[in-house]
Amino acid sequence: MKREFEIIASLLSDHSRVLDVGCGDGTLMKFLSKEKNIDVRGLELEEKNVEACISKGLSVIEGDAETELDQFPDKSFDYVILSQTLQAFYNPVTVLEQLLRIGKASIVSIPNFGYWKVRTSLLFNGRMPVTNSLPYKWFNTPNLHMCTIKDFYELCNKKNIDMKKIIGINNNRTSSIDNNNIRFKNIFSEVGIFLIS
Amino acid sequence: MNYKTENIKQLIIKKPLKLDCGKIIKDFPLAYETYGKLSEKRDNAILVFHALTGDQFASGINPITKREGWWGVAIGEGKALDTKKYFVICANVLGGCMGSFGPKDVSEQTKESYGLNFPVITIKDMVKAQEALLDHFKIEKLLCALGGSMGGMQLLQFCASFPDRTFSAIPIACSSSHSAQNIALNELARQAIMADPDWSKGDYNKNKNSPKKGLAVARMAGHISYLSESGLQEKFGRKLQEKADYEFSFNADFQVESYLRHQGYSFVDRFDANSYLYLTRAMDYFDLSKQFKNGLTDAFKGQKTKFLVVSFSSDWLYPTKHSKDIVIALNACGANVSFAEIKTDKGHDSFLVNEPKFLATIKGFVDSSYNTYKK
Repeated sequence: MKREFEIIASLLSDHSRVLDVGCGDGTLMKFLSKEKNIDVRGLELEEKNVEACISKGLSVIEGDAETELDQFPDKSFDYVILSQTLQAFYNPVTVLEQLLRIGKASIVSIPNFGYWKVRTSLLFNGRMPVTNSLPYKWFNTPNLHMCTIKDFYELCNKKNIDMKKIIGINNNRTSSIDNNNIRFKNIFSEVGIFLIS
Repeated sequence: MNYKTENIKQLIIKKPLKLDCGKIIKDFPLAYETYGKLSEKRDNAILVFHALTGDQFASGINPITKREGWWGVAIGEGKALDTKKYFVICANVLGGCMGSFGPKDVSEQTKESYGLNFPVITIKDMVKAQEALLDHFKIEKLLCALGGSMGGMQLLQFCASFPDRTFSAIPIACSSSHSAQNIALNELARQAIMADPDWSKGDYNKNKNSPKKGLAVARMAGHISYLSESGLQEKFGRKLQEKADYEFSFNADFQVESYLRHQGYSFVDRFDANSYLYLTRAMDYFDLSKQFKNGLTDAFKGQKTKFLVVSFSSDWLYPTKHSKDIVIALNACGANVSFAEIKTDKGHDSFLVNEPKFLATIKGFVDSSYNTYKK
């Protein structure tokens, strides 16, 4: 179980209604429904993952978050989760707006392009960075819109999105991020998790 | 059709049933078949709704026609609906011709087949009749109800009319209302039957005859709509039927022609032409949203049933969009719904053939539902 999932779970209240956008094979969904009695639904693009979720007894809808979030009514979930996928959309801002429309709150995690390993990789090797959280080569990456924790922070500010909590992960260690330490945490966090509404 | 439908299981429904057309029927037979064994706790029952030309003999050898049951790929020991675990029930629909009350039955008053004097049946009427089967088996709640095509429509109606009678539901390749194209294709089939002089305005049984040509053409048209363009092309292409060159005639030169003729003419032995008229009409009249004030969302309001909606990517008769509309309505009222579009070139008929991804998906859903539901 990824450290990230544990943190996401800790941000959710028991018995809430959750939509996991891009739920993969349902690992997080299974964890949430078992450990926290959460009524969780998923949206997933890959046929194989959809079948895997269904076999686990999870409720999942096959579809593309880029175009098919319309089907969920306003505020129909307590939380909408988007784990490390925002950067893969053509229109991340539209997706973000959809998440906030559907959920009373949303949890968005991003692989941080400002992480020091990413920075040094480009600086010293002169090559596009390949790290644990960014395992792709430049020619096969699904990530169209990479950003840093600071970039996403600025976007939320610009869009008047309320950031209730920001957590950075580095080597399984977590830390809280705020306006005072963001320059520093933007270097030392591999992943950033935002609880927004 | 030439078959005798004696010695099959029938439930005589004594309670009067008020049909949507206003007429009341009672003491009528509903033919059914079961597979597997009902558990003591009665928590392993699955109700299968059949499609337009199906019947209650879903698995094994149909004792009347001596052919394979229509859903042998899905029902049986070790299959998706595992009869070692589950008790599967399938009934012949009202208006059908495999032992349930239908237009070929003989009226007590006239001593003749009903023909067009048979009342017009709707999907809702079919479902109401089948609910009696659950009472017959003393099954309060099914583990799962499922069906494809017209079977899917019956299932949607069943869930809307009797929301507490199934734990889970799988509507497959269906629609909550028949589209203009669906109605048009059905009308084509009906016109083919009615244009056959042997149809005799529906009274062909009096002449000990039947509109074989018309029904065969209707079946051919239907069959084309069940397959995809690429599926047909791959299977037949322009291959010739046991000949090296064109005959320069109107015989079946192409394999696809020969195949269609076979499909058409083997169908007339097992199906009643008037039943075909009645059942296609029932499908055309089906519009679940019209039954509720606020449309389809209202139909599923308060549903506790767990849904899995399935569509097939190459189905142009009931395309994925129809299924998605059902998913949207279920989502809108907060129902528990999963949706899967199976990528296949086998067209609308994908649910009837060996399509491993589809069978694995429904198996996963039914098995996981059972793990939650079993008492």
